Amino acid sequence: MSGIPIYASAGQRVWYYSFRVICGLVFFFLIAPVLVIIPLSFNAQDFFTFTPEMLRLDPAGYSLKHYQDFFSNSDWQLAMANSLKIAPLATMLSVGLGTLAAIGLSQSHVPFRRAIMAILISPMIVPLIISATGMFFFYTKLGLWMEDTLGVSKSFTGYFKVVLAHAALGIPFVIITVTATLTGFDQSLTRAAASMGAGPVRTFFRVQMPLILPGVISGALFAFITSFDEVVVVLFVGSAAQKTLPWQMFIGLREQISPTILAVATLLVVVSIMLLTTLEILRRRSERLRGLSPG
Amino acid sequence: MTDATQETSGPIVAADGRPLRQSLNRALRRQKIRALLLIAPLLAFIMVSFVIPIGDMLFRSVENQIVPETLPRTTALLGDWDPDLGEPPPEAVFAAFYTDLVLAEERKLHTRLGSRLNYENSGVASLFRATGRDVGRFDTDIYTDQLVAAVPDLEDGAKWAGWMAEPPVRDALPQTADAYDGWAQMVAEVHNADPVTRQPADFVFAALYRDLAAGAAPPPPLDVDVGGFETVSIRDQFAASDPKWLDTGVWRTMRAYAGPLTNGYFLNAVDMMKSADGPRVRPENERIYLTLFLRTMKMSLVITGLCILLGYPVAWILANLPLRSANLLMILVLLPFWTSLLVRTSAWKILLQQQGVINDLLVGIGLVGDGSRLELINNSTGTIIAMTHILLPFMILPLYSVMKTIPPSYLRAAKSLGANDWTAFWRVYFPQSAPGVGAGSILVFILAIGYYITPELVGGTKGVFISNRIAFHISSSLNWGLAAALGTILLVMVLVLYWAYDKLVGIDNVKLGG
Amino acid sequence: MKLNRLIITAGALSLAAGMGSAESHMSNEMVLVSWGGAYQASQLHAYAEPYMALHPEVSIIWDESSPEAVAKLRAMNEAGNITWDLVDVEAADSIRLCDEGLAMEIDFDAVLAPGDDGSTPTEDFGDSIVSECFIPQIVFSTTVGYRTDMVGDTPPTSICALFDLETYPGKRALNRNPLANMEWALLCDGVAKADVYTVLATEEGQARALAKLDTIKDSVIWWSASAEPPQLLADGEIVMGSSYNGRLFSAIAEQGQPIGMLWDAEMLDFDGWVVPTGLSEERLARVMDFLYFATDTQRLADQSAYISYGPARASSAPLVGNHATLGIPMAPHMPTDPANATNVFVTQYAFWSDYRDDLDAKFQTWLAQ
Repeated sequence: MSGIPIYASAGQRVWYYSFRVICGLVFFFLIAPVLVIIPLSFNAQDFFTFTPEMLRLDPAGYSLKHYQDFFSNSDWQLAMANSLKIAPLATMLSVGLGTLAAIGLSQSHVPFRRAIMAILISPMIVPLIISATGMFFFYTKLGLWMEDTLGVSKSFTGYFKVVLAHAALGIPFVIITVTATLTGFDQSLTRAAASMGAGPVRTFFRVQMPLILPGVISGALFAFITSFDEVVVVLFVGSAAQKTLPWQMFIGLREQISPTILAVATLLVVVSIMLLTTLEILRRRSERLRGLSPG
Repeated sequence: MTDATQETSGPIVAADGRPLRQSLNRALRRQKIRALLLIAPLLAFIMVSFVIPIGDMLFRSVENQIVPETLPRTTALLGDWDPDLGEPPPEAVFAAFYTDLVLAEERKLHTRLGSRLNYENSGVASLFRATGRDVGRFDTDIYTDQLVAAVPDLEDGAKWAGWMAEPPVRDALPQTADAYDGWAQMVAEVHNADPVTRQPADFVFAALYRDLAAGAAPPPPLDVDVGGFETVSIRDQFAASDPKWLDTGVWRTMRAYAGPLTNGYFLNAVDMMKSADGPRVRPENERIYLTLFLRTMKMSLVITGLCILLGYPVAWILANLPLRSANLLMILVLLPFWTSLLVRTSAWKILLQQQGVINDLLVGIGLVGDGSRLELINNSTGTIIAMTHILLPFMILPLYSVMKTIPPSYLRAAKSLGANDWTAFWRVYFPQSAPGVGAGSILVFILAIGYYITPELVGGTKGVFISNRIAFHISSSLNWGLAAALGTILLVMVLVLYWAYDKLVGIDNVKLGG
Repeated sequence: MKLNRLIITAGALSLAAGMGSAESHMSNEMVLVSWGGAYQASQLHAYAEPYMALHPEVSIIWDESSPEAVAKLRAMNEAGNITWDLVDVEAADSIRLCDEGLAMEIDFDAVLAPGDDGSTPTEDFGDSIVSECFIPQIVFSTTVGYRTDMVGDTPPTSICALFDLETYPGKRALNRNPLANMEWALLCDGVAKADVYTVLATEEGQARALAKLDTIKDSVIWWSASAEPPQLLADGEIVMGSSYNGRLFSAIAEQGQPIGMLWDAEMLDFDGWVVPTGLSEERLARVMDFLYFATDTQRLADQSAYISYGPARASSAPLVGNHATLGIPMAPHMPTDPANATNVFVTQYAFWSDYRDDLDAKFQTWLAQ
């Protein structure tokens, strides 16, 4: 869809532009809440309200105190650090195991495929609150066993439990997105690679992996977000020492509304914009270096 | 190849000299094993870390051990009592219940049982709590006094232990032996004491009296003639503690929930209840779960539909724009993702409420009068808007990753063969994007069906889901059996829909399980 | 017997605490569970910091899990791994925990400090001891706050303003559960205060309460998180709404919002500690030592400098001082202040522990209609 062809009819032109307007509106719908959050995070009051001072653009209506609170409050710092530890580990676990299993599932002639599939996506189906209580029992016993038998520290088992729980929750996303990508995957490519003497591992990394990478990445993203934004299970499985950002936010919303939450959200938005932009710049540079035309 | 050709020309042989069929079979088997080996680690992980714990949790939907375990003697006798006569159970049941309740009170289990039965019959909790306080002071001590007066050795715990070890005594005094065993076990476990050192509690003496009054002939010195004894009705003792014990209500409940397994939670979960004449529908002012199940289904479908409607064009434009612009737009899709669900939900509140941004704008441009601001939140509209927003990326990303693999040349080929835009899209492009639609829809629908934080915050009264009730029963009412039953039903509904989807749309279009 | 042993240990402890020995038998780490926010901060300043100053070897970890406390305690109990030492819960939850055997029964006179005025703990705490497991800290009330700029010249004085749509048109916020709402509905439907629970125990009474609530149903925003009503008031989204007096005080005095507060038929309620069952002896010893300190007359009075909830001990009332940062006297803002307590409504916990599930089902069905 690179531009509209010159031979397009009037109807096609109208459709072309109205389609873009529709898409524009959907994009606006997607970021509207983010647009609300950013100015409110500079609110001088402790409420989620656009005060008259703010609307008049009076400097007195704005303040950085919620940002100060975030950086000076040890609870928020702990929560941030925990989230940054737990989410990547859980993602790696679910992407690693999940991608392997998705490749296994996409082969022809897998016995009991339907049943296996149902089991693998079950963490997504079971209502979270039921999962949370059910997992709580198991992980408590697991933690006790690890502390008593393996002699690991309480703090380690604390993180271990949350990582395991979040990995389990992230797996269905990896399975679904990767299998969906593999559907479009031409199996003759692997056969071709094999017939040319590549071993299964090599075939995987050189042929299959690059082609299914978009699916793996979006699965990984879902898995990461599942952990990074998960509040129900961590409230049960974790304890105060493993509190994550959503946990801290949940308390903030429930007990006492504090715009610090908005400041944190704004910071995350800024960081992710920087991250995504950097990635995009790097991608373009590598394309230029490889002599490909910038897409 | 047919058998006929094989017979005439012998088996076809592969390069290594084995018969081809065998060789193919072996390859197939190896392929299967390899596939299973790839799946095995994850399967084991999920089974252990998720399926078994959750199965254990869901089993609570039928589990009812607490009643028969706490009241073994009562539940054994209650089956013979006919509640339809309108009379409270006979003295024997009260006597058995007395023994059970004293033991339960010592173990501090009676209030727990009361809470359990209170789910079925309001008021039982405080009945058990209050009578639990009284039951140790029932007037049954008159039996103790009279029996000890007749046989002074009955004060001696060691003598009791000796008698109760003799089979002839136990056979002659079955109720006494049973009550004594319960007491001795309780003393050892709760008081950390040796029963030999203690005089048994009053309820054991009451049991001994009942055995003797029923004409038991134990060996001496226990063969007391109790004919002239002063007696006390245990039923009256309970009635004096609380007259509710003479109503049939509480006994009916205990009778209905006497078994170790129950369908009561499931009946409750579909707005029914147990009664003497089998299951029946609850009164109208208590019917809520079917409404909620239906609403959850309907709203999740609406949300999924909206996500397809909004997500498809966006995914298409992302997949077909040059990578440079597509990636920039992708940031817009991913940004809300990085914003906590809780924050986004709060942001929707700020946007949608009556004094909120959208209403202010509409009033500002004169589209809506100040007096008739739109109600966009605290109802189903609020839930649908907020949840569509939250789940939209879950539709766009799978769609995008599938659309990315569709070569644009197919669409051009279709058009060059004379298809108009719509035909080319509908007959050529859409079928190829269907796996994405399927994966996205399943993701969104299943996620929507189990949501509860967003509906809780923006749903008001008409926009809450069944999960909100499940969460309530887990975290507030502690009625985990009912929560598990509701969860099981929800799970089964999702599985049935999944299966129906498979049959109707064909899983080959989704490749989720076939 | 467990209880006896506890009393003996605890008795020994209170002695030991006086003599400053026997420290070695106590664990040095304690996990306290509370609600987060300003309330938890008040506990930190009034109880935990002075205790740690006396016992520098002790470290206290706070866990903001009180809203899930009932469920989590039950799960911990079943899994056999109690990780909490002391849990702050509402009175109604303490009854449930006590009934389920998840909280320990307490011999108040043996383990708590006597009042400054020489009264025994049981006398000093009085009615606030609502169950055998509940060690009260504060008295709070659920009351109604209103926008002063939206009620014209006739600010409401009666709880029944909630049901008066003519004088006070606009939205109201009410808690999305039957507690308080059912009682207020009956009161405003003409039921005498003393008869409310008798009426509410009958089918007709429940129908009557719901019928009264029906008259305002379309104008109600139902809240579930307690941070919501002050936010809704600050936004001008509602004209009045039920909330806790401490939250309204904070919005009025600390945030300067145009909000007023009713002191009529406010529902008096308590919040306090429960000790989970199944703690090891060292941990139990530490908890009991902390409890003895943190619930004495002075400590309870100190808490009121940070939040406008009344101390649960009668002997603490004369010691209530000024707000820690604003410097205003706190006594007039306490639900226990005689000027505020002219027409209080005392929640009957026994009733709610029996009828909560039943009424909740009916209430939720009514809401869904």
